[in-house]
Amino acid sequence: MSVETNLTAAQRDDLRAVAAMIIPASTEYNVPGADDAVIQADMLATLGRDAPAVSAALDHLARLAGQPLARLDPARRDAVAKEFRASGGPAAATLVRVVLQCYYRDDRVLRSLGLELRPPFPKGYELEQGDWSLLDPIKARPSTLRRTS
Amino acid sequence: MNKPVDVLIIGAGASGAAVAWSLADTKMHILCLDQGGWMSQTEYPSTGRDWEARFYGDYSPSPNIRARPEDYPVNDDNSPIKVVNFNGVGGSTVMYTAHWPRLHPSDFRVKTLDGVADDWPIDYDTLAPFFAENDRIMGTSGLSGDPASPLTDPPMPPQPLGRSGAILGQAMNKLGWHWWPSDTTVATMDYEGRARCINLGHCTPACAQGAKASTDITYWPLALRAGVELRTHCRVREIVTNDEGMASGVIYYDKDGVEQFQAAEVVVIACNGIGTPRLLLNSASKHFPDGLANSSGLVGKNLMFHPYSQVYGYVEQPTDSNRAPPTCLWSKEFYDTDLSRGFVRGYGIQFGRGAGPVFEAVASEAKGILPWGADHHRVFRKLNGHRIAASAICEDLPEEHNRVTLDPVLKDSHGIPAPRIDYTISENSAKMMEHGIARAKEVLAAAGATDICVNSPILYGGWHLLGTARMGSDPKRSVVNEWGRSHDVKNLFIVDGSVFVTSGGVNPTSTIQAIALYVADQMKQRLANLFD
Repeated sequence: MSVETNLTAAQRDDLRAVAAMIIPASTEYNVPGADDAVIQADMLATLGRDAPAVSAALDHLARLAGQPLARLDPARRDAVAKEFRASGGPAAATLVRVVLQCYYRDDRVLRSLGLELRPPFPKGYELEQGDWSLLDPIKARPSTLRRTS
Repeated sequence: MNKPVDVLIIGAGASGAAVAWSLADTKMHILCLDQGGWMSQTEYPSTGRDWEARFYGDYSPSPNIRARPEDYPVNDDNSPIKVVNFNGVGGSTVMYTAHWPRLHPSDFRVKTLDGVADDWPIDYDTLAPFFAENDRIMGTSGLSGDPASPLTDPPMPPQPLGRSGAILGQAMNKLGWHWWPSDTTVATMDYEGRARCINLGHCTPACAQGAKASTDITYWPLALRAGVELRTHCRVREIVTNDEGMASGVIYYDKDGVEQFQAAEVVVIACNGIGTPRLLLNSASKHFPDGLANSSGLVGKNLMFHPYSQVYGYVEQPTDSNRAPPTCLWSKEFYDTDLSRGFVRGYGIQFGRGAGPVFEAVASEAKGILPWGADHHRVFRKLNGHRIAASAICEDLPEEHNRVTLDPVLKDSHGIPAPRIDYTISENSAKMMEHGIARAKEVLAAAGATDICVNSPILYGGWHLLGTARMGSDPKRSVVNEWGRSHDVKNLFIVDGSVFVTSGGVNPTSTIQAIALYVADQMKQRLANLFD
């Protein structure tokens, strides 16, 4: 579903900046931030039907910031981000979701989480049986099905 | 010019497929028209690395978000619960959780037992053989012997309890509650050409393994082999009637968008609780100015959704998360009326095993429990893979002001007026939902869960579309009779969820299909005098 995103250069800069605010890089967990070039490229390549909402969200963000987000001092940037999330409605929610869905399918991130780098199909997963003796007290109950007469 | 057929079925979903298969042994010429096409398992979301993202796009359960060419828009702005469905061969069985309870015998007698709504004109025992037949063809898994549910005999063993089921089972044992492994239509062993479940986990937006029963892989292969014709990408605009007040056929748009007329001796509607009243209302004519089969004025009214109250939280130990079918356990502890709770009727509880990482991140960020910034990583690792959930499926009672009408502006891609939903949650349902939230919090607390979150109602939770062409013996108070035939049009039948008189407190697909098989059986028994 790769399509031309039509985001402006300024919008792309703000997208990268806000993505880094949502998920910054971490040396502790050995993961990139959501502003990582590969993750950003994934976002732009797969925006698809979300492009209008993300563009609208970035316009809203630009209005709140008054200048490129990255140029704001940290305190002002945090304030703008809070206001953006609180007042941005469905468009802001879409932008955040796009950031998260691309971040949490990145190989480096999944590896850090201990998850396999593959889709569910065709390998699937093992599901343990669990302790069926837990059901014994319920099996011992008399029928409680409500009578109709 | 299309050759006239004996039976024309509109809709190839849960009920349309079942009725087509059942009627096939009459050797009549049976044609089914569906607005969608055949699905391809190789294209289902769980085959790709973007498997979770597609749930928010082309595999969203909402037709308004999904917006595939096969979908029609729904104006549900005036409803706190949004309509979800799927359009294509298999209908919403392509996109459902495969949770497979049946309505209880008491659900057919709510007026007699509890003094509310109406009794059904049929009872559970009438449907019992059709439930069993349907379970065999859809292929169910489960454990027979639940003391609080109708007796079932699933042909396959239940899904494993897994980690999540064991955690929840232990919690309910602490509270002394009823619980049981859910009957499901997920194949736990190879079954009638279907491969067994390998725990893709992403069951709801279609099963790439083909382990989850959807009618495109259960009923339809059988029906087609038996001679039923299925014409895809054909959207019916209206049912046409003749001067005798009988249905003479339908007008539809074919795959090229060309208007066609298809004559039929019998018309069967299987478009479920939104599509069916939409079609009837769009079929208004000189003889039926208020919509077809609507002399009662009840077409579109009494819409019942099942408001869902969902509570979820996070336990310290790992859960099954997305590595297992979401269906797990059910509880009928609060299913029956106990007026001391402050409401009449009750609810089933459906338990969930967990979520995948993207869904977890998106939902938790939206709830405000997953922060932006440096602490994001620590919190996400605490949440991801640790979720358990409990959802109360509240019995919605029929109320005429909850209804489907035709939107005066919104139209589908063929210019056919779209449905509009006007729906409010009743005071009784609201009290039931509050009770469900409180009890769900109890069980999650007993499981040791923290960071409790509530979705009540689940916004995109209008899976169950019921009651909008209700069944009854009184033509003034119902749309179809006790065997599914329209009171007004004697060669018109309805077999889907719209005929429900009340909703029960469980997922309805098993009951919808049992009713479809029952109506088909009634038709076959009455072939000599079907229109009398």
